[in-house]
Amino acid sequence: MTPAMAELSGHFLSILGPSGVITDPVRLRTYECDGLSYHRATPAIVVLPETAEQVAAVVRACDRTGTPFVARGSGTGLSGGALPRTDGVLIVTSRMRRIIEIDVANRRAVVEPGVTNLAITEAARPFGYYYAPDPSSQQICSIGGNVAENSGGAHCLKYGFTVNHVLAIELVTPDGEIVELDAMDPGYDLLGAFIGSEGTLGIATKITVRLSRAPEVVTTLLAAFGNVESGGRAVSAIIGAGIVPAAIEMMDALAIEAAEAAVRCDYPPGAGAVLIVELDGPSAEVAHQFAQVERLCQESGAFELRIADDPAERAAIWKGRKSAFAAVGRISPAYLVQDGVVPRTALPRVLAGIEELAARHGIRVANVFHAGDGNLHPLVLFDDAEEGAGERAELVSSAILDLCISYGGSITGEHGVGVDKSRYMPKMFTPEDLDTMQLVRCAFDPKGLSNPGKIFPTPRLCGEAPGVRKGVHPLVASGEAELF
Amino acid sequence: MTLSPSPGEALAASGVTIREAGPDDAVSGVAPRWVALPETTGEVAALMRVAAEQSLTVVPVGGGTKLHWGPPPTRCDLLLDTCCLNQILEHVAGDLVVRAQAGVTTEALAAALAGAGQQLALDVPVDGATIGGTLAAGTAGPRRLRYGTARDLLIGITVVLADGTVARSGGKVVKNVAGYDLGKLFTGSQGTLGVIAEATFRLHPLPASRAWITTTVPDLRALPDIAVIAGSQLEPSALEIDRPDLHGPLTLAALVEGVAADERAKAMGELMGEARIGSEPPVWWGRLPGEEFLLELRVPPGAAVPALAAVLRTAEEAGDLPVRVRGSIASSIIQLALPPDTSPPTAEIFVSALRSGLAPHGGRLVVWTAPPEAASRLDRWGHVGAATLMRRVKERFDPEGRMSPGRLVGEAPPAAPRRVRSERS
Repeated sequence: MTPAMAELSGHFLSILGPSGVITDPVRLRTYECDGLSYHRATPAIVVLPETAEQVAAVVRACDRTGTPFVARGSGTGLSGGALPRTDGVLIVTSRMRRIIEIDVANRRAVVEPGVTNLAITEAARPFGYYYAPDPSSQQICSIGGNVAENSGGAHCLKYGFTVNHVLAIELVTPDGEIVELDAMDPGYDLLGAFIGSEGTLGIATKITVRLSRAPEVVTTLLAAFGNVESGGRAVSAIIGAGIVPAAIEMMDALAIEAAEAAVRCDYPPGAGAVLIVELDGPSAEVAHQFAQVERLCQESGAFELRIADDPAERAAIWKGRKSAFAAVGRISPAYLVQDGVVPRTALPRVLAGIEELAARHGIRVANVFHAGDGNLHPLVLFDDAEEGAGERAELVSSAILDLCISYGGSITGEHGVGVDKSRYMPKMFTPEDLDTMQLVRCAFDPKGLSNPGKIFPTPRLCGEAPGVRKGVHPLVASGEAELF
Repeated sequence: MTLSPSPGEALAASGVTIREAGPDDAVSGVAPRWVALPETTGEVAALMRVAAEQSLTVVPVGGGTKLHWGPPPTRCDLLLDTCCLNQILEHVAGDLVVRAQAGVTTEALAAALAGAGQQLALDVPVDGATIGGTLAAGTAGPRRLRYGTARDLLIGITVVLADGTVARSGGKVVKNVAGYDLGKLFTGSQGTLGVIAEATFRLHPLPASRAWITTTVPDLRALPDIAVIAGSQLEPSALEIDRPDLHGPLTLAALVEGVAADERAKAMGELMGEARIGSEPPVWWGRLPGEEFLLELRVPPGAAVPALAAVLRTAEEAGDLPVRVRGSIASSIIQLALPPDTSPPTAEIFVSALRSGLAPHGGRLVVWTAPPEAASRLDRWGHVGAATLMRRVKERFDPEGRMSPGRLVGEAPPAAPRRVRSERS
């Protein structure tokens, strides 16, 4: 540890006490990656604050000493958004786990950032309410991490993302001020801009979320198709009929095979694709729409339909889908998860394109996706023991994103850019777009200390005039500044 | 050696349609010198580059329906009228997405989408509003309860900054977390960050049917339980209140839409008690209670009725000020119209006392419009926790302060009210 870091950790000890500061190299390694484990960096110091004031004190010390810091919730992120800096401080929110208030009268909950997504729903359930965004990792992922990533989930087709359900945030700005952002405030929607900024604009220390009324009726249907094309036709027909299901999920044959191997989900044998459609809402409306969905699936070529009316049957249908990511581990030693988005109408062409890419490179790709909103999660399978396989998988994975961009889509629907996809940002955005986003960054974090190196490829220093970027920045070359 | 062109010459040389401003072009009494009528994002950028070179202040305007909202600009050289940015650029019905230029009116958009059985589920309070103006002013209407507001429906935006930079964020897919969401930032920006040139929205299917359920009660105490109605499994899309006279009766109206709306409307009627059911909205539905002296209060949903009680009490204390009340009671965003001839001291007392009354509920009170005399005395915004961050954002986007100067939320009004009138007749 450098003398500067030793001094900083001594200062943190005075703020947080011995249990709140980690400098032991073995324990530090626990934090070297998030859910995207092939990016690793051991932080210089880990701190475990319990209050916003402690977070602010830590951040002020970082600001004063020019030390980069990274916030981390449960570490389930899939884009390396919480990848630490070896020369920086990792601020872990896992001790900030209080549910401050379940406020039924105002249909909201006030929580600390370390509270898990599911814990909010569990606390609200006795009152007939729940927290709508439901990322697959909801049992462990933290609400602070959800805010950073603007997390979605299978049901965001109807209910939207984290940004549509957060009413207020208390945050610590990168210079250590505690500020409230509130949806009721007039002016720029800074609350909306902060959500999804991946920890680069500060650290949320208190979050007020909207609680939603649990729907009167939930009905889930599993439809088996001979192939992905006919499943895709059913999706288009349902949306075209003016129905907005709570979720429409699709899995292809390889994803089904993996799920069967892992959790024996017992999907209809011979299915080339399965579609899960969930409808919820007032019973009269759901009953009417469900009949339509059944008919549209059959007309599109479904050879078997299963209908779940109770939670146990519904869980059985969802079991295969929810286990899909982990399940591919059963049929492949290693895999990459992608998170591209395309306009829904482009799905058939993009899926055909992925199939063609996979065939050309001799790589298997399992497809699991949120069909309703065109969010693809291709799982690129490879054997890491085989020489060159990892590189080919990377190539296919990257080509899939190019394909998504070429159809007017996005490089990430819900996992975030993080470190993993920052190099793709210039493919999706012009230098002017990225420079403009950088203005927001500079307004919040002029020193570039809050989660540097994420989202943006080689940003300019704040205050630097736009122009052609060539070579090393003079301030960097002279050692006066570091370009994160 | 060539002489550098005058601002008028430079604007004319941009190739964009420019005209001299007339008295009707004034923004809250502040007269611009020129009006520009760009037709493309490229033309907006060309104009903004000229404005930057010539150090001109710029105020963007759409339909002009809310141009007088907020404080008057401290200066306006160029009024950038988006009326000719009126093209719907892309509507892919199968994707439920539309991309349009900022000057498209919400009526024109609705007409174009209806053919495909779709809608932008965003109510505007005044006819003739454009999508750009609706975003910049951050307005919404009754159906915010179900569909959210403009910021929830906006999925992509193209803006032109003060220096002419064209920047885009989001895209045309509903689900997208790549990069910062500039659309959120520009929602509610009141023209102070740049010009909104294009916007992309997610759409919703038009509902199969709609029914409005209304009931009228003598006073606040007689209102049915708002929380029960808003949280009911009948899933109302909107719940609105109207009280045209301070001490008069209140009308509560709910909207249910979708399949089986009639059946749900009947059940809703039972919840509300002595209700009428109809297929048309009440005449006041989604309209402002007044435009000349307009306030907006926002409280958490559970505090709507106490907030209305505070309005009544404060108005009584201010000498029975005849405040008209209307708005989204389940979302707790309520508009208040004061008589335009309210004396400035009375207005000042009312605003400040009501803010104090709302404070225990964590509420806000914004003064959107006010007659000039009253406006000069009123704190329009109250406390805004993020005011410093907003100012920092403004300084980065518009370091020379040329975009709608003086209109930033949270900015202190100029010490002496400044009235600039057109010198030309």
